[in-house]
Amino acid sequence: MVTSNPYMVNMGPQHPSTHGVLRLRLVLDGEQVLRVEPVLGYLHSSKEKLQEEHTYLQTVPITDRMDYLAAMTNNLGVSLAIEKLAGIQSPPRAECLRVIMSELQRLASHCFAQGVFLQDLGAWGSPLMYFLREREQILDMFEMVCGARLTYNYIRPGGVSQDIPPQFTPAVNSFLDTFPAKLDEYEELLWKNEILRARTVGVGVVSRELAVSAAFSGPMLRASGVQWDLRKQDPYCGYQNYEFDIPVGQTGDCFDRFMVRFYEMRESLKIVRQALDVLPPGEWKAAVPIVIRPPAGEAFQMIESPRGMLGYYLVSDGGANPWRFHVRAPSFINLGALNEMLVGTTMADVVAIVGSIDIVMGEVDR
Amino acid sequence: MINPWIIATFGSALPGWLLATITGAIGTVAVLVFTLVSALAAIWIERKLISRMQVRYGPNRVGPKGLLQPFADALKVIGKEAITPFGVDKVVYSAAPFIIFLAPLLTFGLVPFAPGAAVLNTDISLLLVVALGALGVVPIFMAGWASNNKYSLMGAMRSIAQTVSYEIPLVLSLVGLVVVTGSLKLEDLVVYQIQHGWFIFLQPLAAVIFFIAGSAELNRTPTDIMEGESELAAGYHIEYSGFKFSLFYATEYSHVFAVSALISVLFLGGWGTGPLLDLVPAVVWMVLKTYLLFCVFVWTRATLPRLRMDQLMAFAWKFLLPLSLINIMVVALEELLGLPGIVVAVVNMVLAVVLIVQWTRLLGSNGQSPERRVYIQRPATAQ
Amino acid sequence: MVGSGILNGLLTVLKHIGQKPYTRQYPEEALVPPGRFRGYDFGWSEERCTGCATCAKACPHGCIDIVTDPLPNGRYSIEVFDIDLGKCMVCGLCVEVCPYDALFMGTKFALATENRWDLVVHKEDIGSRPDLSGYYRPAFQNHAAPRAEMRADYGVSKGVAKPAAEEKKA
Repeated sequence: MVTSNPYMVNMGPQHPSTHGVLRLRLVLDGEQVLRVEPVLGYLHSSKEKLQEEHTYLQTVPITDRMDYLAAMTNNLGVSLAIEKLAGIQSPPRAECLRVIMSELQRLASHCFAQGVFLQDLGAWGSPLMYFLREREQILDMFEMVCGARLTYNYIRPGGVSQDIPPQFTPAVNSFLDTFPAKLDEYEELLWKNEILRARTVGVGVVSRELAVSAAFSGPMLRASGVQWDLRKQDPYCGYQNYEFDIPVGQTGDCFDRFMVRFYEMRESLKIVRQALDVLPPGEWKAAVPIVIRPPAGEAFQMIESPRGMLGYYLVSDGGANPWRFHVRAPSFINLGALNEMLVGTTMADVVAIVGSIDIVMGEVDR
Repeated sequence: MINPWIIATFGSALPGWLLATITGAIGTVAVLVFTLVSALAAIWIERKLISRMQVRYGPNRVGPKGLLQPFADALKVIGKEAITPFGVDKVVYSAAPFIIFLAPLLTFGLVPFAPGAAVLNTDISLLLVVALGALGVVPIFMAGWASNNKYSLMGAMRSIAQTVSYEIPLVLSLVGLVVVTGSLKLEDLVVYQIQHGWFIFLQPLAAVIFFIAGSAELNRTPTDIMEGESELAAGYHIEYSGFKFSLFYATEYSHVFAVSALISVLFLGGWGTGPLLDLVPAVVWMVLKTYLLFCVFVWTRATLPRLRMDQLMAFAWKFLLPLSLINIMVVALEELLGLPGIVVAVVNMVLAVVLIVQWTRLLGSNGQSPERRVYIQRPATAQ
Repeated sequence: MVGSGILNGLLTVLKHIGQKPYTRQYPEEALVPPGRFRGYDFGWSEERCTGCATCAKACPHGCIDIVTDPLPNGRYSIEVFDIDLGKCMVCGLCVEVCPYDALFMGTKFALATENRWDLVVHKEDIGSRPDLSGYYRPAFQNHAAPRAEMRADYGVSKGVAKPAAEEKKA
């Protein structure tokens, strides 16, 4: 008589397909997943505790390192939270520049996410290389503005740290001229591909109820059919003045999440064009002291990062350092329902599903 | 081909057995050299070609244009510490890489590179080729079993399941060729193709099935679950390092070359290129076609994502196998009716396209026209 | 038609063979950093620096070590000005907050040493150079103009008037 025993496999912290150091202890029966226990913390560097020793200005470069693939939105979140806490108002040019940088960052992050997702599925790096080539152009633009390609330290409480150089606008315009065609080409390359569809359609279906009850956000939530985007629900930085749509999926499987990101990239392009057109002249940073001492109180600000709702909870006791600095990381929350998503699927699907959640371990572990 | 040269050199006083031995020895050495050189060239071609498809340079540090990269790879792999894990079955563990290297090596011996220049020129070459394909299965299981590692064993079993499943359409697609030519000798197939046209036009369905099944036999993407590092384990060669691993590595590339050589003999007319044969010798055409097909294998590897295991098996059993059976019936019918070549070609091509399209529709979701399934919502209130 | 997605993909990938590779061959092709690049080789002007240590206070990790010695005219002479490049994350906060434009970011990112303590640069290592970065220093941001020309005003501080050189040495 043939019996089969379940066995435990460690999809360990070092693994080419877990984005970063995510450890999944999978209990498998043959090929099917019975139970999954994620073990987190391999990238933990106590950033939240460290921030309690920093002044508010010094907290900004540290937030770059949390979601390192979308550092502009991290800086934006903490800047908005500090502004809320201290009652600072940033000038209109700064708001517009913040929107431009956030949307360009969304483009770069989604390019990377799509490329890496396909790499996990087995396409040996070709789509990844094409997407990274486009992302390099965005990183060049960021380097032009603030001198760094990954950890920008650009969006500050009060505005942005420097004005854009004169080469920036032509560079963005030429990017906006060439990128949509490339995006169409890559989408055509991918969305009809039968093998990709076979791997992602119907895989990792997240129902609407599960998505809402597990507090998913970002493309994961929108692919399940929930129309929720903080740029529309709770606009910040003047997002209410721009015209853009929210792509929403139907089934909540990996394919929908994949396509939602493509559509979001197109919407971001629209926003960047509009923002560049209306960019007002003037000051790019409010007069803010180097050491901000906000009055005692607390502030919670959530923004729509490329991965979901990124939230910053700051508690001030009146001093120069935050008394508590907490980050609501979307990747961490999106990993919360792994058991519901992965149980019953096969090992290959685990890779596809974890890839489609689009996690960054710097954010998950902080 | 070698025989006359030997007789001219050594005189015809040689006894028959010595002649056969020397011929065999020279032929074996030639095949061995070709296999190994091909494996080395394959490393370079694959990495450079994939890199160029990915708009990057590929290896260009070691030697001009990176041409010495395969030697660097070989040195690296041989120089690694050969760790034999605890508890392995030493005989089986050590024998597996050598046996698996035999499969492509012997296949190269069977493939005729020029008229009369197959090292093993037997009347049943095609059957031997099929048997060698089956030979490739056993050392995989030997490696997986002897490694004393349950993940290696599971990887080996999955690999065997895949290999065995895809052998059947592979072999059945060849039956059509045998029906038409009436001979199992590979040279006869080439001669028939020179006279009647290449089999890729006469029996396109068989060509497509052979290509797909062959690529699955080779563990190439889109069916490379063994190599896929994102899968359960690295597969049956997880416990091998050093020289034995280099044998697995080289075997993989030689095997791709062997199948490319087979496809060029069976479907692309071998050395038959009509009037161009006078300009350039036959061997060069064969080698050219083999390398070209290798590039096609590399091209599919660079583009396509991986199939899941159950989808792999479903593809073999529910798609390729019935199609290959239908191919046999149709070819036999055409042979029975004695249709002229051009009619056969047209009918087969139309049939191939129709069958592929209709069969996938029959299988279900693959046949639906794909839709993007994401719709844009314009929110009612912009807050 | 079924298979069209795969064929489409294959053809798109094939098209890319003709495109020029996007990689820049780094050691041979020098990378020209943009005007505002945040590099590791800092530039420091001893004439402009007053020892206020605002940069040291602004650094999130405390990389900058300043030891000053009071001079009879009320100003400071800088004994020690060390930057620990091992801890530095080139956030640029030190350069931003300097009230006297005495600290500049550099344009190099490849400064490897063999010992960890060699990564600490001292005041004699971080001097003025023509290849400083224009991060937060608008006068240096025009990448096209030769930076050596802009060093004409490099010795002039915009703060309090500097004492004569003899008084400083005392």
